[in-house]
Amino acid sequence: MKREDDFETRREHLKGLSDAELETRFWSLIEELIDPLLELGYENTTPAIERSVLLRMGFSSLEAKAIVDGCMEHSLMEHGAGNVVYRLAKKDGTDVRAAGLKLIETGAWSEAEALFGGENA
Amino acid sequence: MSEYRLDKDTKIDVAEILKDLEHYHPRRRGWTWREPVPGLQMGPFTYEDASKPLKDSVGLPPAHYFGDIDPQPIPVITTEIASGRFEDDIRRMRMAAHHGADHIMVIRTAGQSHFDGLIEGTPQGIGGVPVTRKQVRAQRKALDMIEDEVGRPINYHSYVSGVAGPDIAVMFAEEGVNGAHQDPQYNVIYRNINMVRSFVDACESKKIMAWADMAQIDGAHNANATARDAWKVMPELMVQHGINALISAKVGMKKKNICLSTVPPTATPGPCIHMDLPYAVALRDLFHEYRMRAQMNTKYIEASTREATVTHVLNMVISKLTSADIQSTITPDEGRNVPWHIYNIEACDTAKQALIGMDGLMEMVELKKDGYLREKARELKERAILFLENMKELGGYFNSVEEGFFVDSGMFPERNGDGISRKIDGGIGVGTVIKRAKDYCAPVTAHYGYNNVAQYDPDAIGDPSRLIGGCTFECPDKIQYIDELDETDNVYLRMDEVKDYAGPNAKLIKPEMEWLADGTVMLTMFFPTDVRHAEAAALEIGRRMNLCDCEVINREIMHRAEGTRIEMKGKVGFSINMDDLQLPTVPDVLSDEELWDAIDKKPMRIVAGTIGDDEHSVGLREILNIKHGGIEKYGIECIYLGTSVPPEKLVQAAIETNADAMLASCIISHDDIHYKNIAKVDRIAREMGVRDKLMFVAGGTQVTDEGAREAGADVGFGRGSHGNHVATFLVKERARREQNAR
Repeated sequence: MKREDDFETRREHLKGLSDAELETRFWSLIEELIDPLLELGYENTTPAIERSVLLRMGFSSLEAKAIVDGCMEHSLMEHGAGNVVYRLAKKDGTDVRAAGLKLIETGAWSEAEALFGGENA
Repeated sequence: MSEYRLDKDTKIDVAEILKDLEHYHPRRRGWTWREPVPGLQMGPFTYEDASKPLKDSVGLPPAHYFGDIDPQPIPVITTEIASGRFEDDIRRMRMAAHHGADHIMVIRTAGQSHFDGLIEGTPQGIGGVPVTRKQVRAQRKALDMIEDEVGRPINYHSYVSGVAGPDIAVMFAEEGVNGAHQDPQYNVIYRNINMVRSFVDACESKKIMAWADMAQIDGAHNANATARDAWKVMPELMVQHGINALISAKVGMKKKNICLSTVPPTATPGPCIHMDLPYAVALRDLFHEYRMRAQMNTKYIEASTREATVTHVLNMVISKLTSADIQSTITPDEGRNVPWHIYNIEACDTAKQALIGMDGLMEMVELKKDGYLREKARELKERAILFLENMKELGGYFNSVEEGFFVDSGMFPERNGDGISRKIDGGIGVGTVIKRAKDYCAPVTAHYGYNNVAQYDPDAIGDPSRLIGGCTFECPDKIQYIDELDETDNVYLRMDEVKDYAGPNAKLIKPEMEWLADGTVMLTMFFPTDVRHAEAAALEIGRRMNLCDCEVINREIMHRAEGTRIEMKGKVGFSINMDDLQLPTVPDVLSDEELWDAIDKKPMRIVAGTIGDDEHSVGLREILNIKHGGIEKYGIECIYLGTSVPPEKLVQAAIETNADAMLASCIISHDDIHYKNIAKVDRIAREMGVRDKLMFVAGGTQVTDEGAREAGADVGFGRGSHGNHVATFLVKERARREQNAR
């Protein structure tokens, strides 16, 4: 888009505002623009987020990547990769690390899929 | 853990730092600001805007005039260090910390933004280092020791961006990284990472950074560096700052940890302060709850380090006239190569010098409350608001980016149609954003967004990691440490190649700019010819000096035909064995008590002056004056004749006052005038038959002992000489002569 500088006409409605009112207007416009972005963050996840969850659960970066790749492949991401590992650990009565390694090493993905029943709980 | 400790006079042993890394845990989290000390007294001065002094540091070159003080300004001072080899950067970090840096920013290797996951091990980087757990851990561990040495916490910093932002944020939180760049707009605009992915990832990254109490720096300064006319993006810059700042605050970061990366947009020969100051004021008006990271202008940086340094000092005038919580430094050689050690240090010194030099400025001046400054600031704020209104009309952030709204070279509302446009369904990582199901859960601390932990344990709602007995943030022992993944590219191989030069006991040495034993030297030359011939002549000189890889890195025209200044780098192909070096003997100096005693037993009188047509007086006064620890201190009677004293007058005064010695200072040295004047004093004294009776001491910045003796003096004192050196000579020489006379 090309446009000449029409600042003088465009600013008519801002002219009369005090500095404080201008500041308030600036921040309320920013807020209107970012709230939907925060909402997206609230409702969604990504491979990087799930890897970061697995790192915090005590997996190495290589293990985290393998588990997330598996979750992507088996459409388990919507439950959370950490959740997949956690449920498997609960079922097996092991700690989460053992459960995650089991997924990587033995490819026990069908067990994991069964835990989520193919539908949202 | 290793018992290794730093010794102030010994080089850091990087091999020791690399030991036991798998067991290292950082000793603290979070960012540290400097501690202001209002009314600080140091040496003969009182400071208004200084912070707590360091335990050990290297002061500015003239510090020795003032008792070797090294006052530290209040803003945290950044240095950006990343040569591609993190092991060499560790040594540079130690030097920078001793010159006043307490924010070490590690630049990442080219392409790390697009690496989908953490890089592990210690591969070599390009234009930066691959930021990995091992590299971070080694550098944080070294900085722990260095901060103990200088006596001030050092903030360690890198980047939480790219497609692996949350992974990196976790690793940084675990490893005690204190600050990071985080701004999803940077991913979108400059790295073409999918916008939805970038913002979703950013929420998680920021939540993690907030937990770790890290300081965040945004990416807005890149618009300044990218836009065709940097000053025209000022309204947009405020919008970018606002978006990142408020998202961060809403995710849970403390506002005092949210820093705007702000750059004075213009540079000379533009009237930069006139253009940049209203912008700086507007920004600080709107963002008074947030912190300012004052970045320096890189957009217009050229190969002249002098020119870059002046620009950066002008940038710091803006910092001082408004505010800066973190003062960045850009190395003045950034316009010509990956920064060298010496320029990192120069940049730290430039910041320290400029800010301390402007200490107390705002007690004496204030910015005008009306007129051009305020009107222009108001205009910029209004333009930013109009920008936001237009974004809203277009349907929000994503649509505006699709429209190419950002980094357009028109000053908003003007549009030139050359902005950077990205597609909502395009870019790296497109299609990887997945909606969380109702049972979505992440049993960890510092996780942003919907998290159904209640399905397992309602008590875990505020503390999801309780489900797994704590995550790595509570139990660092759960962190999985990977050492190396690549047998052909790692720190051990690189260090092995230069092992003869490494460590505290190395016998071999080579000049170095970036990497240990790189052999790089720089030559500065003037050729009385045009730029093309000068450049070719410089390269030919390099060849005949047996330098390899010669490259002209700076050329400045003195006059189209009369001459060109050239700076050229090259590499030397040989090493020096330290054992073969002949070191000049350390001057033998009598103690104050011995000197007092000798003069007390037998008084001494001297005449002194700056000889020839030479009006310099500071050096000689230092040597004489009791206040500066000069020879008067020991009771030596000094008859000071002043400056521009003719040689004959010095000799006559010595005869008239029955002096024991003549002290001649000669500073001006072109055409060897200093030695010619020394020879004149010697000759006149001989002609008058008093040379044997009078001790004759010559001194000056360009005087050497050897040169002075050759010209006819009994001794010469050059740069770095003090009163006790001269007094020692006089006392010993008098004793020697008395001995000979017996």
